[in-house]
Amino acid sequence: MNRKNEKSALGRRKFLALAPTGAVAAAAGAALLDSETRHDTRLSQDALPPLVADSYLTDAEKALVSAVFDRLIPADDAALGASDAGCVAFLDRQLAGPWGLAATRYRAGPFKPGTPEQGDQSPFTPRERYRSGLKALETRCTKSEGKGFAQIAPERQDAFLQDMEAGRHGPDGKAFFEMMLQNVREGYFADPLYGGNKGMTGWKLVGFPGARYDYRAEIDRPGADLGLAPISLMDRG
Amino acid sequence: MSGTKTREKADVVIVGLGWSGSLIAEELTRAGLNVVALERGKWRDTATDFPPAIDMDELRWATRRGMMQPQAVETVTFRNNSEQEALPVREWNCFQFGWNVGGAGTHWAGMTWRFNPWDFEVGSKVRQRYGQAETTPGLQLQDWGITYDELEPYYDRFEKIAGTSGTAGHLNGSIKPHGNPFEGSRSSEYPTPALKDTRWMGMFRETTTAMGYHPFTIPAGNISSEWTNPLGVRMGPCTYCGYCEMFGCGNWSKSSPQACVLPALTGRDNFTILAEAEVLHATLAEDGKTAKGVVFIDANGQRWEQPADIVIFTAYQIDNIRLLLLSKIGKPYDHKTGTGVVGRGYAYQTISGANLFFDDERFNPFIGAGALGVQIDDYNADNFDHAGLGFVGGAGIMAFSTNGRPIGMADSVPQGTPRWGAKWKQAYAKSYQTSATIFNQGTSFAHRDVFADLDPTYTDRHGQPLLRVTFDYNENDRRMAKYTMDKAVEIGKKAGASRIEPFNSAEGANTPYDQRSTHTTGGAVIGADPATSALNRYGQTWDVHNVFVVGASSFPNNGGYNPTATVGALALYCARGIIEKYLDTRGPLVEA
Repeated sequence: MNRKNEKSALGRRKFLALAPTGAVAAAAGAALLDSETRHDTRLSQDALPPLVADSYLTDAEKALVSAVFDRLIPADDAALGASDAGCVAFLDRQLAGPWGLAATRYRAGPFKPGTPEQGDQSPFTPRERYRSGLKALETRCTKSEGKGFAQIAPERQDAFLQDMEAGRHGPDGKAFFEMMLQNVREGYFADPLYGGNKGMTGWKLVGFPGARYDYRAEIDRPGADLGLAPISLMDRG
Repeated sequence: MSGTKTREKADVVIVGLGWSGSLIAEELTRAGLNVVALERGKWRDTATDFPPAIDMDELRWATRRGMMQPQAVETVTFRNNSEQEALPVREWNCFQFGWNVGGAGTHWAGMTWRFNPWDFEVGSKVRQRYGQAETTPGLQLQDWGITYDELEPYYDRFEKIAGTSGTAGHLNGSIKPHGNPFEGSRSSEYPTPALKDTRWMGMFRETTTAMGYHPFTIPAGNISSEWTNPLGVRMGPCTYCGYCEMFGCGNWSKSSPQACVLPALTGRDNFTILAEAEVLHATLAEDGKTAKGVVFIDANGQRWEQPADIVIFTAYQIDNIRLLLLSKIGKPYDHKTGTGVVGRGYAYQTISGANLFFDDERFNPFIGAGALGVQIDDYNADNFDHAGLGFVGGAGIMAFSTNGRPIGMADSVPQGTPRWGAKWKQAYAKSYQTSATIFNQGTSFAHRDVFADLDPTYTDRHGQPLLRVTFDYNENDRRMAKYTMDKAVEIGKKAGASRIEPFNSAEGANTPYDQRSTHTTGGAVIGADPATSALNRYGQTWDVHNVFVVGASSFPNNGGYNPTATVGALALYCARGIIEKYLDTRGPLVEA
């Protein structure tokens, strides 16, 4: 990149960020773009993936999530189970980050239940839903099975989760089940960058080559077994 | 932050810098006008924000929708009918607002369709061929006030700017092999050749040809070869990476304002972009007949006035309607009386089709592009006789190869398979390679009971009312979707699918969480009659002559196609109207 452009682009961005409001003709809080800024080819400050290494769940919660996730995606000869694939760590980081705080969700009231077509109207964040949802799950299981979820037999665990999925634990139980199912799938199939999909096990299971960016050679081989090993964004760091 | 500050007056202020805004800005600055574009999202560009080191991240861009405007910034409220109370659509949904310079044109799939000539004249054409009795009560079938032939040069210009890939089927009045024989006559070939077939596209092409249909490669904004567009901007060939819709393109191969227009535009001295600047409304002069400019809020919360001689709303479809209502321009639609125009003519896209499962196939679904597909138009628009069918309109029936992203495909297992556990895992490992979809993208017509207005309860972060959408499918939609769904099933059988699962979005009540289509249209439509349209054919508001509006909001009805090329053509038509007519007259371009 042209050094002159780099300097001027940086200078302008800094200037706009620091200029006293109203001191210039431009709106200081808006980003003014012109023929200099467009030549800036460095990555934007927020261009890199939003990686979070923090934790939100307690150890007991992680153990419970682990037991649930391993029924949703169990280990078999073809690929790892969810917890070995890192899905619990994935979820924990997601909860610790902006997603856990429902950063993008519309959260203004009033809150009313609405019709099924109007979708989820919950006022709670994913963090709050996991905290209360896991507690409700464990309480219910202890009451009906005499033991915590992680302690009962796999067949009983499956029956318990089937009830939850079918709405027999009430609408909140069903909604929480759907959230866990979505999240475990995310952890299993997202780029390993986010803490799950260890060894790209999920991608190998289905035959997805991952973060490849060019199939111009392969499109000329329709229906062929391409034998492409998956690639992660992490490999490119 | 105290008070409202005022910026220097511009000739033109553009609100929302996506496809429409950037195309209009390119025309107007080239004509010498001083243009300021306000965009509430950030500056985003290919090298700086979505290069190949970052782009192929399903979780970030598709699942968490990292490129889109969050509901926390603005959403809509929704209900199926006026008896219900509308509630906010709180999570990611079918409304995919842009959230950067480039707008939704940065994260779109790339299907670059011209509407069928019939789509522009549904009112008169339906009356001529079938009479009113054939249509569902309450349908608002009306003409656009502009025909396909009049818009053709602007489609042509848009395709050349976008570098669109395809094969002409109807060129200068002659039907050509391999293209779409039902398309309106084109004045030139596509800029770049059609994309290649995947395994599934090849099967669909072979099957539909054998059935006597007319398959063709979908015109694509994921372009097939290098291209230098009329603005001197160069694009590169698509690599079939399968990260298009909801993603930026790191290859300069997907048509977008960034890849096609802004590189030429941002170097001009008479063009200014103010990003992270959110427009609240236009302000009217005391006589109410002209606008003085717009009011916006910058990222520090400072309120500004941007005076201008011409105000152009080119925001997302929903926001164009909302900006008109908040600016008190045009008479709002009143559902009780059926009068008024702003918020009238809202429509969507009617989707049906069939999920197919084959015993022994290897589709390699990850080889894809947002617009990669084969389609037949034999049952689209008025390309077939509707006598006795009880509906008008139709659907493009397509086999697409958009992507093989595994989080999003995780429900692609045969019905009856558990959604989790060992059986799901085994089923998904097989169906990932052996399932395919026939997707019918259908017309949608305005209806008396469908409309948009300002919500009485819920507001955005600035305290302004959200737009309230009242929508459900009508009987015409249901019949059309069922009819074309049955065609998809027949094709699936002929193609050799061992299992066929038809679907019809219009069968039940609509929900914005049905993600099969993002194409919401209308609400501020063009037309020839001020009693049934908010805008004239140029996109000029009937009541305030220096305010223009362009977007999918302009469509009086939605065709069985993606909207973008038609939006682009209307934007270019609007700009030429301003340059060639409005600058001289400074008054209404069409007599009311």
